Amino acid sequence: MDWGALHTILGGVNKHSTSIGKIWLTVLFIFRIMILVVAAERVWGDEQDDFVCNTLQPGCRNVCYDHFFPISHIRLWALQLIFVSTPALLVAMHVAYRRHEKKRQFRKGDQKCEYKDIEEIRKQRFRIEGSLWWTYTSSIFFRLIFEAVFMYAFYFMYDGFRMPRLMKCNAWPCPNVVDCFVSRPTEKTVFTIFMIAVSSICILLNVAELCYLLTKFFLRRSRKAGNSKQQPNHENKEETKQNEMNELISDSCQNTVIGFSS
Amino acid sequence: MSWAFLRDLLSGVNKYSTGIGRIWVAIVFMFRLLVYVAAAENIWKDEHDEFECNIKQPGCENVCFDHFFPVSHIRLWALQLIMVSTPSLLVVFHVAYRENREKHHNQKLYRNPGEIDGGLLCTYLISLILKTGLEIVFLVLFYKLYNGFKIPRLVKCDIKPCPSTVDCYISKPTEKMIFLYFLVATSCLCIVLNLSELSYLIFKYSIKCYLKRYVKNQQ
Repeated sequence: MDWGALHTILGGVNKHSTSIGKIWLTVLFIFRIMILVVAAERVWGDEQDDFVCNTLQPGCRNVCYDHFFPISHIRLWALQLIFVSTPALLVAMHVAYRRHEKKRQFRKGDQKCEYKDIEEIRKQRFRIEGSLWWTYTSSIFFRLIFEAVFMYAFYFMYDGFRMPRLMKCNAWPCPNVVDCFVSRPTEKTVFTIFMIAVSSICILLNVAELCYLLTKFFLRRSRKAGNSKQQPNHENKEETKQNEMNELISDSCQNTVIGFSS
Repeated sequence: MSWAFLRDLLSGVNKYSTGIGRIWVAIVFMFRLLVYVAAAENIWKDEHDEFECNIKQPGCENVCFDHFFPVSHIRLWALQLIMVSTPSLLVVFHVAYRENREKHHNQKLYRNPGEIDGGLLCTYLISLILKTGLEIVFLVLFYKLYNGFKIPRLVKCDIKPCPSTVDCYISKPTEKMIFLYFLVATSCLCIVLNLSELSYLIFKYSIKCYLKRYVKNQQ
């Protein structure tokens, strides 16, 4: 069980996403998960072993490390990626539910069902409209919220995105203010800024996708409203024509009757 | 043999579950298994090496670590994940038994071997009860073994061969506590899901039974 399993699960959602959604998924897997696994984990691998404090007092190093790093960057990123990927599961579940309903209809031999066989149902790509639109849009909304919350948590916990070389610590049992040195601060800063930048790009992609979906929704609504307005006009014209013809016929009948009687 | 085996097992169970059951599988995958493998395992990786006592007496650190961590949090977590996923196997076995029976008698005995009714309903309910019970057992075990869900920075130890009361420092206590709370939260969520699935199934099938009897009486 690892990130590969997540890739399998989310790959299924890819088919039913918009183009922006597909780009988002690619960015997520290549620039975030892959970078995390292949590079970032190595950089933070020896973080506690190489965290050195200028004191021989046993326990001071442990306590200072715990004070400055309540939760490691790497773990925070892993949690962020997991939370950000989870809303896509909502869409996957909704699609699976729709497929299940269509298969049930097909098995019952419903005349309305237009599929030739089960394989076609399995491979079919659902359009993002109706209730699926709402599920998809709320999943994007939740993604945005999670990204923003984690970025804020990062900024709040580490006072910005820079990793300092030296930290001064005087937590008990350190005898006085002690200098503690972080391992590989520059490399860690570079990777932190990279991950933050890619997070921002993902936020922008999500906002763009949200705007695109909303625009499509309103356009579709206005088109439907436009169509329904045209048809009553048509019917009105025909009705008035028919009414005129009826009047002409009844007038001519009356005239004939009057003509006959006179 | 690794967590991939558990993942495949749970995917197999997904087929025969209700909607709530599928949400349960998704939560176990994403928020428990994936978090365990991707994040939590590494926090506890060097817990013994980084456990430091304020003394040079050989053996004191070993003895104190063993006293305060009889079973490591991460091992208990792994055991919990395995135990909690296993009752679902009962359902898979029952469905396989049904399909085998149909093959053996060479005729259609069930409308759909995977449909939850009759004997399979009992098996499903038993698996839900077992899952919930095991979750609660492990939560209580965590609570009792570690005196609550807190991990202190400092523990005082005076077991032989430590000559006196010695200060011992646990590594990364805050990070471990955060993930412990995460474990407890997801466990509780899974318990709630199991209980709601249980009540939903009992409610649904009692209504079905009642309606059948009502129709029979009418006839």
